[in-house]
Amino acid sequence: MTSSTTEPTTYAVAADADVVRVRQAVRDLAVQAKFSLVDQTKLVTATSELARNTLVYGGGGEALVALLDKAGRPGIEIWFRDEGPGIPDLDLALTDGWTSGGGMGLGLSGAKRLVDEFEVDTAPDRGTRVRIVKWRR
Amino acid sequence: MDRVPILRIGDVLLVSIQVDLQDDIALALQDDLSQRIVDTGAKGVLIDISALEIVDSFVGRMISTTAAVSRVLDAETVVVGMQPAVAITLVELGLTLSGVRTALDVDRGLAILAGRESGVVAEADDDDQLDD
Ligand SMILES: Nc1ncnc2c1ncn2[C@@H]1O[C@H](COP(=O)(O)OP(=O)(O)OP(=O)(O)O)[C@@H](O)[C@H]1O
Ligand SMILES: [Mg+2]
Repeated sequence: MTSSTTEPTTYAVAADADVVRVRQAVRDLAVQAKFSLVDQTKLVTATSELARNTLVYGGGGEALVALLDKAGRPGIEIWFRDEGPGIPDLDLALTDGWTSGGGMGLGLSGAKRLVDEFEVDTAPDRGTRVRIVKWRR
Repeated sequence: MDRVPILRIGDVLLVSIQVDLQDDIALALQDDLSQRIVDTGAKGVLIDISALEIVDSFVGRMISTTAAVSRVLDAETVVVGMQPAVAITLVELGLTLSGVRTALDVDRGLAILAGRESGVVAEADDDDQLDD
């Protein structure tokens, strides 16, 4: 059973500086939850990718960061949400190297590999929500 | 917006990234470096990323593009000081930094640029020296 141990903190994602701020908040929480340096780095990198997508493709939005606890094991959950155009073909978007812009097409697929849980909810009339969780090992 | 300073040592441009690199600052650095290569006729660019806590697809692309542009401008780019946790994450993310030379530290990077050592060039299908 999973229960949130902190109220999620909400961060605006509306500019490049906000992406840095969300990264730093997630880093601080991962340090606090005693994640290994490699796991901190993986989670912060995934955060950076998804926050940038929220900004660039979603037209901005927000990130919600919470500390979880599963039978004494800490985890970090992050929601990214925007009310942008949505992702028309999610399978395609999750393919390594596929980009609709000038990116490397590694953000979504790479972020998925870097975390333990990864869910996307997207539709043209709803925008995009991505949820990730990483548990302390 | 801050800018990342570019130092010149002989015919090498040295950049030491000390901040949590914001996207627009990374892009400005890419432009500044190309301009400085042209202005100074530098033959090498050394990018020290030992203070960088993550390299994501954006910074990775900036590094690859800088290496490609400097090559066209007849200069070589070497990236030094990548932290092990960053390297591990980079591989899992799927970034190959193809065509980018890397070295462990600034001294070795400078040695590569001085032509005294050969560096590792990350390139697919080109690493079969080991199985002799
Ligand atoms: N929040 C979003 N809203 C709308 N479209 C999105 C969103 N996130 C991703 N996409 C779409 O999915 C594609 C793949 O995203 P991904 O992050 O994998 O690659 P990228 O951003 O194009 O390049 P990079 O490797 O630099 O991240 C994007 O090109 C974009 O078309
Ligand atoms: Mg992306």
